[in-house]
Amino acid sequence: MLVIASYALQESLRRKVLLIVLILTAAFLGLYGFGIYKAYETIDPNSREAIGPSSVLIDTRILFSATLFGLSMFGVLFLATVLAIFFTHAVVRGDAERGLLQPLVVRPVGRTSVLAGRFLAGAFACSLYVAVVYAGGLLITHAVTGWWPDRIVLPAVELAGAVIVLVALSLVGSVFLSAIANGIAIFMVFGAGLVAGLLGQIGEALDSDSLKTIAKVSSWVLPFEALYQDALNAITAETEGFTKAALSLGPFGGAQAAGISLAPYVLGYLAALALLAVAGFSRRDL
Amino acid sequence: MTVAFSAQALAKHYGSVRALAGVDVTVDEGELVGLLGPNGAGKSTLVKIGCGLVRPSGGSAVVCGARAGSREARAAMGYLAELFRFPGWCSADELLELHQRLAGSTGGEPERTELLELVGLSDARGRHVEDMSKGMQQRLGIAQALVGTPRMLFLDEPTSALDPAGRRTVRGLLEELRRRGVAVLLNSHLLSEVELVCDRVVIIHRGEVVAAGRPQELAKPRGVEIDLEGGTRHFEGTGREDVPRIVADLVAADEKVYGVRVLTSTLEEIYLEAVEGESS
Repeated sequence: MLVIASYALQESLRRKVLLIVLILTAAFLGLYGFGIYKAYETIDPNSREAIGPSSVLIDTRILFSATLFGLSMFGVLFLATVLAIFFTHAVVRGDAERGLLQPLVVRPVGRTSVLAGRFLAGAFACSLYVAVVYAGGLLITHAVTGWWPDRIVLPAVELAGAVIVLVALSLVGSVFLSAIANGIAIFMVFGAGLVAGLLGQIGEALDSDSLKTIAKVSSWVLPFEALYQDALNAITAETEGFTKAALSLGPFGGAQAAGISLAPYVLGYLAALALLAVAGFSRRDL
Repeated sequence: MTVAFSAQALAKHYGSVRALAGVDVTVDEGELVGLLGPNGAGKSTLVKIGCGLVRPSGGSAVVCGARAGSREARAAMGYLAELFRFPGWCSADELLELHQRLAGSTGGEPERTELLELVGLSDARGRHVEDMSKGMQQRLGIAQALVGTPRMLFLDEPTSALDPAGRRTVRGLLEELRRRGVAVLLNSHLLSEVELVCDRVVIIHRGEVVAAGRPQELAKPRGVEIDLEGGTRHFEGTGREDVPRIVADLVAADEKVYGVRVLTSTLEEIYLEAVEGESS
């Protein structure tokens, strides 16, 4: 299993994929830093903005920083999803169609080890990537605005968890779908999850039970979205009052906290995906 | 003699398509068996079942005493696929090292050196697969199949991309493997090659074995040709056992005999007869 995992990591390094990803990520962080710096110049961070007829006060610096940092977390999730799909979209059917897989699976290591090794490689690389880029966004935000999120480690862990779920989904997809079909399918699933999350935000703002139910069901079916929403929620976990309410109305407010059942549910979800992948792969003729 | 590979009543259906319909094949230790048949006859399916890549619909396949596809069977065999590809970023040495690790081989660098020498790639040790010709990749594929000293080797069209010199290298390699006691099931369209190196041939047609045996056993007599002073005479309906009598009669009749040839059908003729002339 570790042989396959190191082979997969070596492949990504030698094909210079990680190098390209790192260059693009540096560009993303550079643009993010430039954007937040310029935007921060346009606000008065010390103001307590009065909203509405009752003169409710909102902390502009927190609203600004948390929203922009939420945006950077979305960027991290999106880029890590691209990396996750790259690592896993062609692992079974794609590689089998190209003749790359057969020489590996006839070795004593077997099919389950190939799947497990590929999953480990994808999960490790994507988690590391999330950690690095998340830290980059965090430091840039702090350097410009002086703000720290209420929780620092938990959102990073949850973002990494979200990407690991996507790695697993893509791996399962690769057992049943061709490489291109699987890549497209995973992107669409990713998009569907985000849309469901936004619907949930709107549902919270409008207090619509239907939209909130749609978001909740989607979060159970696609728990990467629940993890992402909970990560957004965690960065302002201790923020209170109308600043928190204003944040919840925005696209990166993380209005839906997940609760303690999320972690065990995600572990169970990953175990179910692993069983599905192993069962599908073991029955597949190559 | 120990059986290295045996398939009994092996069947495979892909939906409504019948690829194998109860095939019986055995390969003994140190034996080189050629698998012949037109495209779509079921040869590659048979090889893939032996390697555990395809699950049979019926019957059984055993590799070195273990069920085909089991960990023990995979540990005892080597395989070169008909359509294979190695990662372009790997060098020849790195690829063999990867397969050593996957196969649990302890041969290390000496094994890699020997295998690269065997297939004539010693000079290309550090060359990346993407910089190799198709023929070089095929030879590297054979070296890869030999990692871990397999007792049973499945080769699916191993010489299809090789030039005549490369084919000769592979023929020599197969003979060397036979000397070492390795059993080989060679799936090939090149009848001349099979005829030159294989101990036995199995001809498959429409998922069934239609002929099997040593090429000499399968060959049918095609008469005797004798070179005489006045030219060559052909004696229809005769065979090797008739030669002494025919020569004695000719000598008694004052004919001068310069040469005698016993004619038998070629493997190509045997093959075409078995598959009813169907082209590949």
